Amino acid sequence: MKYYLQQCGIWLAAALVCAVLPLVFSSGFALSMLSQMGIAIIFALSYNMLLGQGGMLSFGHAVYYGLGGFLAMHAINMVGDGVLPLPLELLPLAGGLGGVVAGLIFGWLSTDRAGTTFALISLGIGELIAASALMLPSFFGGEEGISADRMVDTTLTGFGFGQQIEVFYLIAAWMLVCIFLMFLQTKTPLGRVANAVRDNPERAAFIGYNVRWVRTLQFTLAAFFAGIAGGLFAINYEIITAETIGAIPSGSVLMMTYIGGVGHFFGPILGAVLVTFMQLSLANITHAWLLYFGLLFVGMILWAPNGLAGIIMLHQPVWKAGLTKRLLPAYSLIALSSLVLFLGAMTLIEINYHLSLSINPDEPMSLFGITFRAQSPLAWIVAVTLIIVGFYFFRKTQHVVRRSWNEVTQMMKGGR
Amino acid sequence: MTALKLIDVQKSFDHSKIINGVNLEIPKGERHAIIGPNGAGKSTLFNLISGFYEVSSGHIELNGKIITGLPPHRINRRGLSRSFQVTNIFPKMTVFENVRCALLWPMGYRYSFWHLCERLKKVNEKAEAILEKISLTDRRQVPAAMLAYAEQRALEIGITIAGDTDVILLDEPTAGMSHSETDRAVELIRNVTEDKTLIVVEHDMGVVFDLADRISVLVYGEIIATDVPDNIRNNLEVQEAYLGKETA
Repeated sequence: MKYYLQQCGIWLAAALVCAVLPLVFSSGFALSMLSQMGIAIIFALSYNMLLGQGGMLSFGHAVYYGLGGFLAMHAINMVGDGVLPLPLELLPLAGGLGGVVAGLIFGWLSTDRAGTTFALISLGIGELIAASALMLPSFFGGEEGISADRMVDTTLTGFGFGQQIEVFYLIAAWMLVCIFLMFLQTKTPLGRVANAVRDNPERAAFIGYNVRWVRTLQFTLAAFFAGIAGGLFAINYEIITAETIGAIPSGSVLMMTYIGGVGHFFGPILGAVLVTFMQLSLANITHAWLLYFGLLFVGMILWAPNGLAGIIMLHQPVWKAGLTKRLLPAYSLIALSSLVLFLGAMTLIEINYHLSLSINPDEPMSLFGITFRAQSPLAWIVAVTLIIVGFYFFRKTQHVVRRSWNEVTQMMKGGR
Repeated sequence: MTALKLIDVQKSFDHSKIINGVNLEIPKGERHAIIGPNGAGKSTLFNLISGFYEVSSGHIELNGKIITGLPPHRINRRGLSRSFQVTNIFPKMTVFENVRCALLWPMGYRYSFWHLCERLKKVNEKAEAILEKISLTDRRQVPAAMLAYAEQRALEIGITIAGDTDVILLDEPTAGMSHSETDRAVELIRNVTEDKTLIVVEHDMGVVFDLADRISVLVYGEIIATDVPDNIRNNLEVQEAYLGKETA
């Protein structure tokens, strides 16, 4: 009983956060960021139905997101023309339907084997659909894509969807419903058997399962939720181009999911929030944002392969044992040395970007309010020194962290 | 009534013949052991019966119906389940989940994504009962990969018998076990295969003569004798081909 109350509490809290967030961060930029985060969360969780639950590494998940988006966009236009009497709130379902149909077909084609075979086929299908998008301008709208007006007057709620905040609330509502459904799906027979097929497809066949069907169905459900995310994309932007189907969103959903952590249900949520935040805010600050993003991704794969969720879950027992403060000194040391290392690397990156990409490299540049010329030797010396010092202390403090981590685990064992 | 019938089953890999015309008839309810020297083709025979390999020629009948050429999951659904020589479980899932997964198809929940496993009372009760049988109740929440070797073997048997199939194939169930573990495993096998047809590949002769109603001796892909344990023990050809090495 207490368990169920706790569970309900989490969902209520999430709903409350969604209701309050746009009131706190009410600027246009914040609202559109929050909307994108909501869409990205659904998309990343649907990706994890494949990767985390089913062990299928897809390089083409955006196909279902994009196709869903296009279908929803056409549906919005049909609603606007009075052909289709579907209220706007339910339009993402059109996207979901597109995802299901495409997912069933391409899922069946690509899931005979998992692993490399599956990954390569997904890549091929991604390229195939992206290429045909330009060949079928009547559906995909060619270079300029398809646009629509979401203020269709056919609505269930009183919302007219002229304001971004109304769109956000629609996205948030769909997001909560989708998270809930995807969470429940992990607890159904299909969800569990998808885990079994992921772990050991050979054995799964000997307990009665056609592993290809298990993968296909899991794939189709993932495509359904990706299609809903695409439908929300259509409503949010009112324009969709063939890029949405392509390799870039396919890659970024993979990175969101990995950075968030594939091993825990909530991992991709963290990844989607963080990556969307970086995509939108870093892009305003620096041209080199993709490079930083790449560094983060590589760093996570190297040092935290279980993602943010993995790091959090690793610390849960420490937190419960009340030993978190024992780790703090070591963690602040490594944070400090990483910061020094990062500042050095960043200075070097920015100098180089300035030299090769700015209109006039001779103009002085500025970092943190310090103005200097990119050609000045001092800037280079400072950057390299920061990197060396930072790296040295980073290696040193790694040992400190390991030692205090071992101490803490020892204390937890002793405490039991 | 015949549970399993092999009619002139042959299997070749490239040019080498591994199974060379095996004929075998196992009546319902029998505990049948297949013995033979290393490389005789015992595991291959299991892989053919369970559909993991396709036979090159010949036929296999399960409960009077031909199952030749069917994929493993279809053979399983028709009432045959197997264990593996190398432990073959779902390592990242808990012990309980391992057993429960093996129950979902036979109990009719198949590919359902509209039931919640926690609510499937009968499935969960049965999973608990199987855990009880294989003495892993207090390890139920442990990921299967963390179990001790003998425990993993027990879980392997648990997964194999979960579906309540009437024909059970066990591939070297006691391999790598200590004496006391072997005794316990034999007890478990005897217990869980009550009223079922059991076919077991085993190297431990103690286990074989203890457990089997009849024994087949497989040498170089051919069955050279099928008989009750006492006659097998006294069969000269068998002694020469196989047991001879141990008794000499």
